Amino acid sequence: MAETWIDLLRLLDGALRLATPLILCAMAGLVSERSGVINIALEGKLLTGAFTAAAAVTLTGSVAVGLAAAVCAATMLSMVHGFACITHRGEQIISGVAINIVAAGLTVVAGNALFRQGGHTPPLASDDRFPALTLPFAETLAAVPVLGPFWGELVSGHTLPVYLALASVPVVWWLIYRSRFGLRLRAAGELPEAVESAGVSVTVLRYRGLLIAGVLCGVAGAYLSTGHGGGFVRDMSAGKGFLALAALIFGRWKPWPVLFACLLFGVLDAAAPRLHGLEVPLLGTVPVALVSVLPYGLTVVLLAGFFGRAEAPGALGRPPGRTG
Amino acid sequence: MAVPALRLRNISKRFGTVQAARGVDLDVMPGTVHGIIGENGAGKSTLASIIFGLHTPDSGTIEIDGAPVNNLRPVDAIGHGIGMVHQHFMLVPGFSALENIVLGLEAGFRLGPGLARARVRLAGVCREHGLDIDPDATVDDLPVGVRQRVEILKALYRGARILLLDEPTGALAPHETEQLLTLLDRMRASGATVVLITHKLHEIMTVCDRVSVMRSGQLVAERDVKDTSADELATLMVGHDLPADGEEKAAVKVRTVLEVSGLGVRDAGGVRLTDVSFSLRAGEILGLAGVSGNGQSELLEVLAGMRPVSAGNVSVGGRRIDHAHPASPAEMRSLGVSHVPEDRQRQGLVLPFDIRENAVLGRLERCGPGTLVRPAVLQARAETMIGDFDIRPPVADRPAGVLSGGNQQKVVVARETAENPPILLLGQPTRGVDIATIALIHSRIIELRNRGCALLLVSADLDEIFALSDRIVTLCSGRLAGPLETRSADRSVVGMMMAGLGGGATA
Amino acid sequence: MTPLPRWIDIGLLPAINLLLALVTAGIVVVLIGENPFRVLRVLISGAFSAETLGYTLYYATNMLFTGLAAAVAFQARLFSIGAEGQATLGGLGVGLTCLLLDPTLPPVLVVAIACLAAPVFGAAWVLVPGVLQAWRGSHVVITTIMFNFLASGLMVWLLSGPLKEPGRGSPQTRRFAEDAALPYLHDLLGSIGIARSPLNVSIVIALLAAAGVWVLVWRTRFGYALRALGHSREAARYAGIPIRRMIVVTLLISGALAGGMALNEILGVQHKLILNFSAGYGFTGIAVALMGRNHPAGICAASLLFGALFQGGAELNFEFETITTDLVLVIQGLIILFSGALAGMFTPWMTRLVLARAVRDG
Repeated sequence: MAETWIDLLRLLDGALRLATPLILCAMAGLVSERSGVINIALEGKLLTGAFTAAAAVTLTGSVAVGLAAAVCAATMLSMVHGFACITHRGEQIISGVAINIVAAGLTVVAGNALFRQGGHTPPLASDDRFPALTLPFAETLAAVPVLGPFWGELVSGHTLPVYLALASVPVVWWLIYRSRFGLRLRAAGELPEAVESAGVSVTVLRYRGLLIAGVLCGVAGAYLSTGHGGGFVRDMSAGKGFLALAALIFGRWKPWPVLFACLLFGVLDAAAPRLHGLEVPLLGTVPVALVSVLPYGLTVVLLAGFFGRAEAPGALGRPPGRTG
Repeated sequence: MAVPALRLRNISKRFGTVQAARGVDLDVMPGTVHGIIGENGAGKSTLASIIFGLHTPDSGTIEIDGAPVNNLRPVDAIGHGIGMVHQHFMLVPGFSALENIVLGLEAGFRLGPGLARARVRLAGVCREHGLDIDPDATVDDLPVGVRQRVEILKALYRGARILLLDEPTGALAPHETEQLLTLLDRMRASGATVVLITHKLHEIMTVCDRVSVMRSGQLVAERDVKDTSADELATLMVGHDLPADGEEKAAVKVRTVLEVSGLGVRDAGGVRLTDVSFSLRAGEILGLAGVSGNGQSELLEVLAGMRPVSAGNVSVGGRRIDHAHPASPAEMRSLGVSHVPEDRQRQGLVLPFDIRENAVLGRLERCGPGTLVRPAVLQARAETMIGDFDIRPPVADRPAGVLSGGNQQKVVVARETAENPPILLLGQPTRGVDIATIALIHSRIIELRNRGCALLLVSADLDEIFALSDRIVTLCSGRLAGPLETRSADRSVVGMMMAGLGGGATA
Repeated sequence: MTPLPRWIDIGLLPAINLLLALVTAGIVVVLIGENPFRVLRVLISGAFSAETLGYTLYYATNMLFTGLAAAVAFQARLFSIGAEGQATLGGLGVGLTCLLLDPTLPPVLVVAIACLAAPVFGAAWVLVPGVLQAWRGSHVVITTIMFNFLASGLMVWLLSGPLKEPGRGSPQTRRFAEDAALPYLHDLLGSIGIARSPLNVSIVIALLAAAGVWVLVWRTRFGYALRALGHSREAARYAGIPIRRMIVVTLLISGALAGGMALNEILGVQHKLILNFSAGYGFTGIAVALMGRNHPAGICAASLLFGALFQGGAELNFEFETITTDLVLVIQGLIILFSGALAGMFTPWMTRLVLARAVRDG
């Protein structure tokens, strides 16, 4: 019993680690898409953040500098996205695709130029990565059954970005639903003309949305290369930005359901290797490759409207009507 | 002499080739309801947008309460106490009335306390002007009239002393219109200044103190309402005496070519048409009058095969179209039904396509056999159309989007009349079109009628209905009234029918 | 709304966009500390020498297929970005055909069937996103992204399990039968002295597809309907164009073209099914379509350009220590940015310029 409990906690612990970049990116996507800007560039921002963090840490030895650099780099890409699709009213999807490709190329080119290791950064020593934080009472509670392992194994012992990711959800929720900024942001995503006619600039609102998205993607990237991993390798985001997008749709653009979707995808991801070679009655061996793409399949099923409709913000992808 | 609340001097604005406003001078006195009347496309909405700062005028000055304002933007206009109620509501779906009203004026970063204070202030504004709404109702659930009240409150809440209303009754039911006019009356009593932009004489005569008449971007006349009459204003609006009745309306009309019986249409937006029955005869023009939004568009779309029938049926050319047996636009065309749609820019034309390509929109399968498109056939068709309708510039490879409104409409009408259709549906055929083109289109309509074509004319312009139709029907809230013989019809009776008051036998 | 003269629209604007992308990439090169002109020289000479031209054209073939796929969908204003997955499935179609039939049927027949299987499988992979877009309004951008990942998951599973060559470690199938392949051009035309390269007959198929797309889009009723739908959905409804069916059929054609890429990679070069052979060509296709203004002639030119960039980019690895072929990816992304997302940046400026000249010239 106790062992199953511990095992479950370890699974969830792994899931949380895997879900962290998803949560941060999904919250980034949520803020920008609620303002009406489609953000399929999450992947590129995440990748850029990861590279910049690892490169900065390698050069300076400070995770804080790495984090700051990642945030700056991802935010810059966000601003490019904004310049194209807010200022110049360009096609948001095309801009996103462009940013993803530029990021995939530029991270490797810059990595090569800086470190000459085929686009990787040198592996980081554990001192150069985010340290695991031990929460209070982790030791004291260790002896308590059920709760002790829960606190010690699952809640305590993560790196800073994991807690930032978890904290980002209530913060984003509060911003979106309980602040003036959120009211205007949502209005810009539903009917930008109403915002303009109320004398508030949709342009500024959407840029701010993208700014927040950039910051969150930067943190996610820093976690990927200097928290979860130890250094940057090419294409290390490996579709996580898109998976976050799937989670965003799966959670219907609402913070708490999106968090749930991220955790669900995290659990699937964490459980996949454990299923390797596992025999299931009737099905035979579990096809692990298929389990890992299950989130994408689930999202398509959701998009098909088979269990409730996924209603996107009304003006997603649309610049305000007023031109003059 | 009091200082005008709003003074415009020599305002001009040009969009591309269209002079939307030309040397407009306007004085609006405080505490009055000032009407601006004109046909569709006369430049009224442009003028409103300029006053509210949505468009910058090319020349001219604006004074508010005697003080000149430059480079007006909507924010500044609001700051000067100008409020605008748009033709299309600017209400954020999913938001409550209160959230919509407060948007932009939330008082503080935290929403909660701001909303609480706003609720109190809103109640005060409601009391002051005798308005009543539920601040927590989601706007999507409110009827149109109430949504408009939310729009008005939005402006009042921002401290508007000068309220611009752009065609506010276009989408309202008759009783909602009356409520709105009463409200405007009360607002005047509480000291507000109202600029009412409309093309409906009734509203001007009921509620306005003074009225300015716009035509082709110019202010052509200004009157005190007590010193003028609806007839005079109508004449001023169209710029010439209304065409006399009676010329060549002797065509024989016996054969029914299209029969609508018990037609009902409903969609996601609700019931659009209820139990509509009438017949359309060869060699007649049946005029369909009514305030827009009362089911005219839906009726046209059903007859054009663009919309399914929910109840009843339509018979044409031996084919019976009902819920179980829908017809496609292509089938309706093959049954001889041509269609000039209400919105030429969105429906009647593909703007980036050139005239050649637009010449066959919806008729490609009739341009010869096979699946290949033959450029020579398209070119020939386009040239015939250009010649027949004097389309300018006379170049077939010009995208339709660069043509003026009148020439765009000529392309649509030319295409739809090219094959001498036995039945022609006309949706607002002269809306936003210059006078010369109106005359041309009208003469073609009469020519077709005389050749035995059956025409259904849907127009928001009552004068047009009276000038062209042999019989008149009206739609109000999806119910049909009439027909009346135009010869014996009285404008006031038709007006009553449009307002859902009059009766008349069904055909 | 004044339209730009055609030479500006299809000649000058793409050229400016290309230039901007190259200049921006050049700045990156300068920051790295290399001479951008030397890089450019290597790119060009690497792409167009007698030995390398075949490689350039081989890369261009992939881009022709995916570029046409993107363009057909874009013409109808459907932003399908699923060419990656559709190409992958096209490969599966080729692979299954060859693996199942090459023991029994004559190679010519196997190749012929594979040539049909690639587009059919590619089209099949976009059927669900297409139907969902048409009937449920699910955004085809999102569903095609999801289907790209599903395709790669499917391939990983198949190639590490059911289709894996027994006794081999890496995830790939056995080689197809010797002659079950599209012939190389250097084999066909060796007599006139063409250098060895992966270039094969699929480039002819791609060029035929380009001609076919031109006829389809500009000279058939279907193409007319497709463009009308792309410009104005309401006008399409008015004209009685069956919108839902058009969406699905357009996407199927797009998917079939994307699937065609597998003819070059799998049936032409690899002769076995491997993972990730689509290698980003689906996204390159977007750049190609944007650059080529969605017109087959433009796409042919843009494919050649990108093919040259890819081949020249490969040479960078040998010539420079600090610059690799990934620079080409940066250029590609910048081209999408400038000619796609920022296309509106120059048009108003250009229109003013043209208008000013028109006024001056009376």
